[in-house]
Amino acid sequence: MTGLLSVKDLRVGFGQDPRANEVVKGVSFDLAAGEILAIVGESGSGKSVSALSINRLVDFGGGRITHGAIHLTRSDGTELDVARADEKTLLGIRGRDVGMIFQEPMTSLNPVHTVGAQIEEAFRLSKGLTGAQAHKATLDVLGRVRIPDAQSRLGYYPHQLSGGMRQRIMIAMALAASPRLLIADEPTTALDVTVQAQIMALLAELREETGMAMIFITHDIGLVAGIADRIMVMQNGVAVEQGEADAVLDSPQHDYTKHLLRAVPHFTSGKAVRNDGRRAEPHEPIVKVDDLVVRFPVGKAWFKPKGAIHAVDGVSFDLVPGETLAIVGESGCGKSTTARALLGLNSKTRGEIVTGSGHSVRPVQMVFQDPFASLNPRLTVEALLAEPAIANGQRRDDTLRARMAFLLDRVGLPQDALTRYPHQFSGGQRQRLCIARALMLNPDVVVLDEAVSALDVSVQAKVLELLVDLQQEFGLAYLFISHDMAVVERIAHRIAVMFAGQIVEMGEARAVLSDPQHSYTKRLIAAVPAIERRKQRFAVDMTQVPSLVRPPGFEPPPAQWREAGQDHRVRIEDTP
Amino acid sequence: MGKMLSSLFRHPSGRIGLVIIGFYLLAAILGTLGLTPHDPLKLFAIDRLKAPSGTYWFGTDLLGRDAFSRLMVGIRQSMLIAFASVAIATIAGTIIGLVSAWWGGLWDGIFMRVMDVLLAFPAILLALLIIAIVGPGTMTSVAAIAIVYTPIFARVVRGPALSLKQRDFVDAARTFGSSQGYVLTRHLLLNLVAPLAVQVTLALAWALLTEAGLSFLGLGTQPPTPSLGLMLAESRNLMTHAPWLMIFPAVTIMLGILGFNLTGDALRDILDPRTQRREA
Repeated sequence: MTGLLSVKDLRVGFGQDPRANEVVKGVSFDLAAGEILAIVGESGSGKSVSALSINRLVDFGGGRITHGAIHLTRSDGTELDVARADEKTLLGIRGRDVGMIFQEPMTSLNPVHTVGAQIEEAFRLSKGLTGAQAHKATLDVLGRVRIPDAQSRLGYYPHQLSGGMRQRIMIAMALAASPRLLIADEPTTALDVTVQAQIMALLAELREETGMAMIFITHDIGLVAGIADRIMVMQNGVAVEQGEADAVLDSPQHDYTKHLLRAVPHFTSGKAVRNDGRRAEPHEPIVKVDDLVVRFPVGKAWFKPKGAIHAVDGVSFDLVPGETLAIVGESGCGKSTTARALLGLNSKTRGEIVTGSGHSVRPVQMVFQDPFASLNPRLTVEALLAEPAIANGQRRDDTLRARMAFLLDRVGLPQDALTRYPHQFSGGQRQRLCIARALMLNPDVVVLDEAVSALDVSVQAKVLELLVDLQQEFGLAYLFISHDMAVVERIAHRIAVMFAGQIVEMGEARAVLSDPQHSYTKRLIAAVPAIERRKQRFAVDMTQVPSLVRPPGFEPPPAQWREAGQDHRVRIEDTP
Repeated sequence: MGKMLSSLFRHPSGRIGLVIIGFYLLAAILGTLGLTPHDPLKLFAIDRLKAPSGTYWFGTDLLGRDAFSRLMVGIRQSMLIAFASVAIATIAGTIIGLVSAWWGGLWDGIFMRVMDVLLAFPAILLALLIIAIVGPGTMTSVAAIAIVYTPIFARVVRGPALSLKQRDFVDAARTFGSSQGYVLTRHLLLNLVAPLAVQVTLALAWALLTEAGLSFLGLGTQPPTPSLGLMLAESRNLMTHAPWLMIFPAVTIMLGILGFNLTGDALRDILDPRTQRREA
C-alpha cells in the first residue's frame, strides 16, 4: 500500500488569536490507500476539527491551521500540502479527492431539489457528465448504495425519504466523484440502530468494491470496532493513542483509552443484567397500563373522515415499586408517545392508566432526553428545583430549601449550584439537575425518556450508576425509554420491545436479551455494535418499518401471545 | 438590567445611542421642570425672527418665542407620547401574542387576523384614520400610535412563544402541574424579554417619528403647546428667511430617532445568542 495522506504535527486554532485558542494541538497520522482510520473521542476532543482540516472545510467554521503539514497524494500522483494550498486548488480537492458525509443528512441535502437532481449535479461538477449520461451514472450509483427501486426514488425530495435513505443519498453523492478518501463525520449518530448497522455494512462493502480510504469520526468506539483498520483516540486536541484496531481495543496503553473502553456500555446479550428484580415476591403494581391507544388524526379533508397515525396501538404493561421496565424500539415506534401519555402530555384515544396511591399527589414524574432543552435557561437552579413544589402548593421556606440541598447532594452536585444558571453546567450535570427536579415531589415512578442518550459515554455510565443508587434508596420504579440495548442491559429488570406502535415482546431482561423470540427483537439485538462481536458478521436486513398511517375506522387485529418461558411473552407474527 | 446597560455602554453604537437618549431625557426633564432659558410661550415682540445668538441660542420664531426653550418642551412632549404609546403597545401586544400562541385555535385566528388587518395599513394612515374619528389631541395621539404598533408586538411575541411552548421545559412544567400563570410568566415571558427589549427600543424611534408627523399635519399636539412636528410646520413658510427654525427641530427629530435605532441595534447584537459569548 502506498501512502495516501500524511498529517504532520497539525495544529488548528480558532478566534482572533488562533495560536492562543488551539483546539487541535499537534496531531500526526498517516493513511494508506484503502485503509480505514477511525478517530474516536468525546465531544470537544478536536476529532471533527482534525478531520475537517484535511479538506480545509475548517476554514469556513472560523478555524486556522497554525502549524503542521497535510500531504495528500492526488489522483494524478502529485503530492499537495493541503495546509498551504490556496482556495482555488482546494476546490479541486473537495469532492474529487476527498469526499465527505455529514452527521445530519436532512440538513446536508437541499430540500427544494429532488435527490436525483442533486446526485446528477455532483456528477456534472466532478466528471462533467450531463443529460442521459449523468442520469445513467446516478441510477448506477444509487444501485451501489443499495437503494431499492432507484428509478422512482430519483424524483423524491429529501423529506420524503427516511433518515437511512437520506444518508445513503449523501454517500451516493460523495461516491459520484470517486474520491480516494472519504471523511465520514459521525454518519450514523442521527440514525436508528438497525439503520446504523445497514449503513456501516454498506460502507464496509463500498471500501471492498472501490478501494477508497476512509476517515471515520465517531464518539462510539464500539461502532468502529468492526470496520476500522486503525484507531486514533483523541482527548483535548491531542491524539493520546493510535495503532492497529485490534491492538488498541484489546490492549489499550493510554489511561484515557482504557477509560473509554470501560465506559462504553458493552452489550453482552443479557449476561450483565441486574439481579435485584422485584417480581419474585408478589407486589401491587404502582402503575398499570391497559390497552393504551394513542392516535393522531392526519389529512385535511372537510367532509371525509380523517385517517390517523396509530402511534400507540393496544399497549399494556404494569410496573411494581423498585423495578425498571425498559421500553426499547426505534424512532417512531411509539415508545415516547407511551411515556408522554402516562404523564398526560398526550391525550390517549382509548385505554386505561391506573396509578396506585403513592407518596405524593403526583406519583409519576419524568426526565427528558435533552438536558439543554428541559431547563428554562433564564431561571436559577433554585427556581427550577422549587417549581414542582410551588406548583403543588408548598412555600419557598427552609423545609423546601433543605429538601433541595438534600437532593442536590444526592445527585452529586455542589450546594452553591442553587444560585447558578443552567448554562453554567455541563450536559451530565444538567441531567442530574433534571433528575433532582423530578425527585422534588417524592414520586413513586420516574419516566426516563432517553434520559442518558444525549450524554457522552463516560458521563452516561455515571448517570446510570446514580439512577440505580437512587432507585435502591427511594424504592423508585423506572420506566426507561431507550433505543440503546447496551444501556438497557445495565439498568432494566424487565424489557418491552416496541415495534410500529405495539409491544412485540416483553419479559424479564435476561430472557429477552439472551433468547430473543420475535424477529424484530432479533434484528434489533443483531444490530447492536459491540467490541466483543467485531469479528462476527451479521446479515444486513433491509426491512423498512411499515407506515403507521391508517385509514379511518381501521382497527388492528387483537394481539395473539405465546409464552416463551416464565415472564417472557412474545407476540405471534403473521406469516406472510 | 444594570448588566444590560453596562454591556450596552461597551458596545460602540450602543454608547452613542445611550448618550443621545441621555441628553434627550435630560432636556425633557428640564423642560418639564420649567428650567428653560426663556418661557417657551412668552412673546418677545421686538425680537421676532432673530438668528441664533447668545440670548436666543437657536433663534426666535415669527411670534418672537425662544426656539431653544420651545425645543426642550417639544422634546418632552415627543418623549412623553412616544414612551406612553410604546408602553401601551408593548403590554397590549404581549398579551395578545401570548394568548394567541398559548391557547391557539379560535383565539389565535381572531386575534391574529385583526392584527393582520391593522398591519395592512401604513402607520401614519391608520393613525390619521383614528384621529379623524376621535379628534386631535395629545391623548388621541398616544392611543393612535399605540394601536398602530400593537400588531408588531403581537407578532414579535407570538412567534417565539409558539416555539417556546413546544420546548421540553414547558412539558416538564406540565408534568409537575405548574399553573398556567406560572408557565406563561416564568417560562414564556421571561424568555421573551430579549426580543421585546429590542423591539421596544426600535418602536420608540418609530413612535417619535409618527408623533412628529402627526403634529406636522396639525393632528397631534395642539398649539400653543410646543412640539417638534408643529415647529417644523410653522417654519415651513419661513424657510428662506429663517432657516434655523427648520434646521434645529429637524436635526432634533433625526438625532432622536438615530439614538433609539443605534441603541436598538446594539441591544440586538448583545442579546442575540449567536453573537453572545458564553459557555455552552
